[in-house]
Amino acid sequence: MIRSAVVILAALFAAALIVAFLDLPPAEIDLPAAVTANMAISGVDHPVTAVLLNFRGYDTLLEIGVLLLALIVVLAVAPREEVAAPLVASAADPVLQTLARIAVPLMLLAAVYLLWAGAHQTGGAFQAGAVLAAAAVLLHLAGLLPGWSAPGLSLRGGLAAGFLVFLAVAAALLTEGALLQYPPAWAGALILLVEATLAVSLGLILAGLFLFLS
Amino acid sequence: MSTGLIFACGGAILFVMGVAGVILHDHLLRRILAFNLMGSGVFLVLIGLAQRGGVPDPVPQAMVLTGIVVAVAATALALTLARRLFALTGGYTLPKDGDE
Amino acid sequence: MSDPLVWLILLPLFWATGAFLFPTRGAWLAIGGTAVQLWLALALAAKVGAGGTATHAVGGWGAPLGIDLAADGLAALLLVLAQFVALPLFLYARDYFAGKAPAFWPLAGFLLAGMNVLFLSADLFNLYVALELVGLAAVGLVALGGGAGPLAAALRYLFATLVGSGLYLLGVALVYGTYGTVALATLTPLVTADAPRAVWLAAGLLLVGLMIKTALFPFHYWLPPAHGGAPAPVSALLSALVVKASFYLILRLWLGPFAPLAVAAAWLPALLGGAAILWGSWRAIRAERLKELVAWSTVAQLGYLFLIFPLLGADGLALHAGGMQVVAHGLAKAAMFAAAGVVIQVTGRDAVADVAGVASRLPVTLFAFGLAGVTLMGLPPSGGFLAKWLLIDAALAHGRWDMVILILVGGLLTAIYVFRVLRQAFLLPPSSERRRVKHRPVAILEWTAFALAAASVLVGLRGMEIVRLLGAVA
Repeated sequence: MIRSAVVILAALFAAALIVAFLDLPPAEIDLPAAVTANMAISGVDHPVTAVLLNFRGYDTLLEIGVLLLALIVVLAVAPREEVAAPLVASAADPVLQTLARIAVPLMLLAAVYLLWAGAHQTGGAFQAGAVLAAAAVLLHLAGLLPGWSAPGLSLRGGLAAGFLVFLAVAAALLTEGALLQYPPAWAGALILLVEATLAVSLGLILAGLFLFLS
Repeated sequence: MSTGLIFACGGAILFVMGVAGVILHDHLLRRILAFNLMGSGVFLVLIGLAQRGGVPDPVPQAMVLTGIVVAVAATALALTLARRLFALTGGYTLPKDGDE
Repeated sequence: MSDPLVWLILLPLFWATGAFLFPTRGAWLAIGGTAVQLWLALALAAKVGAGGTATHAVGGWGAPLGIDLAADGLAALLLVLAQFVALPLFLYARDYFAGKAPAFWPLAGFLLAGMNVLFLSADLFNLYVALELVGLAAVGLVALGGGAGPLAAALRYLFATLVGSGLYLLGVALVYGTYGTVALATLTPLVTADAPRAVWLAAGLLLVGLMIKTALFPFHYWLPPAHGGAPAPVSALLSALVVKASFYLILRLWLGPFAPLAVAAAWLPALLGGAAILWGSWRAIRAERLKELVAWSTVAQLGYLFLIFPLLGADGLALHAGGMQVVAHGLAKAAMFAAAGVVIQVTGRDAVADVAGVASRLPVTLFAFGLAGVTLMGLPPSGGFLAKWLLIDAALAHGRWDMVILILVGGLLTAIYVFRVLRQAFLLPPSSERRRVKHRPVAILEWTAFALAAASVLVGLRGMEIVRLLGAVA
């Protein structure tokens, strides 16, 4: 009863959306043009990276905060009793372990490449961090990396480093001008610094989201 | 009907399916999956509508990247809570007292 | 370095991360940081009151390419309220938790940071990220309660808030698709009464998404379990501040870009608000558990906020009423949850019936509860009275006698459930259990509750300053 009502309402709404899409006039503001016009002083060559780390870097700062926040909740809620969790049953498989041993260094290399490539093509801190996390998860599933328990200070430092560096850069730039206003000469170097620390931290956070629960 | 608009329409359908899924399902994991479906739908609409003229637009692409990260954080949080609830109650459903 | 706007955002993010890195120092980082933030917020309010809206273009780019921060009178008022409520609550939480929930501090820090971001942002997508920051932090805080009940409540809250954000984000997607920008300042001149259908759908999506997050009837189902089941300082933060953040956003969008579209739909929030007042008060009167009663009271009091929408006009009366109600309710509800927390902690029970006879043991706490009740009922000279007076004034100016009656009936119903608790505490003698109060509460718990309650009453005396600040609304 409720079920069919919800489904019908949902279908009607989808139809309304589609009809609304079809008679939309072209947009008034042309942001891609503004992005292209400012690419020279943004410090990177790829427009998406420029938007992500420079023009709308504030959003990126906050989303790292959201991710760190999720990790904090995971750490707070995950039960402490499950210490020294047994490794996954398939762990003893030598083929999987050898494959993991071969794949992980390549994945690390790929992550570094993705990070560096983000300056002038698709890539960047998030992609690199995701690959790093995948490497950690692969190691865990192969039985080569044990699950993580409550993090010590150094691991916490690693998890928070990316966010802290980004915050510190933002605060330091306040002395020169507005929040997150990169001086054009330094923009490229600062963005690379922020992205590098972000990539490591993101890798740790994303891996932690999996490994702290194992 | 440009490519962008097709993606947007697909996104609208996915969104609606996702929301219906979150509301109607009882099993927590299915609700989390439905939430991800909803998120993917919104991202498709965002990019599809913005690029319906065929010109690539970096701003919604960056927005979607941010949105994906936020969705990952939310999914991780939801899964942790669900896992803990399972450890405490042995089930993956919320007790029935006036669900939407 | 001297811009209070930016430091209100950076400072809580810094100490929240610090609280994560050094869990034993969490309480002190929070209290010190929030004290500085309160000072910054007051400085900002002074600046806005004197000179009009304060803005800051992040990255130096300016909208629509970059993200703009903007603080007008309403934002400055809410910033002051948020830091002002958070500071005593953090003092309370330090002794309430006594080191048992170290995750509270980083989560509360991100919550406060998220709220500051939300009040200051002038960009729809940035507001989405802020909403998620606040929402996920709030869910995490509710889950700190530990048992299956709080966990289920946290999950219910999580799904509600995620659906709300999803609807909001789809609205943002539609707006960007139509206009090519998400900056509020750029959008406001572009949206007219004959906007394309997609913009109407976007406005509806944004409104419904935010109404879900504000727990407006009929989307209130997640609030009583979440606020009722969380630890007392968490319930206080959530009821006093978090639901106000999404309400602020509705108001901001209503008065800003979507003003030409809003006229058509103003009856809907008012209708739902009226239903919230009646249904929420009824459930509060029937509630069995103390914190559940206070949580249903929140559902009811939020209804008053939504009555202002049909009354918004050039005279600003309704806006002043809304602002005053936000402030008064925020202070009073924080005090009420703090007081309830003390009672529950020292008696070890949380049923309303078990409050019997605690008045002699916990005079300060019950006085705090009573004062908070005075504001919620709307008795003079409290802040709640001023808020309801302004609201009735605005309703009469528009000839809405139905609203006046509703507000008066709401006050009466509030009195019923407030007196329910007070009667139990003051008049009924202790039942067969002699040693009802197990031990004396830590003094700071009682006195922070009292301070918040006193503030909620005294703010009525400073009402004109608040009204003047609100006069600087962009």
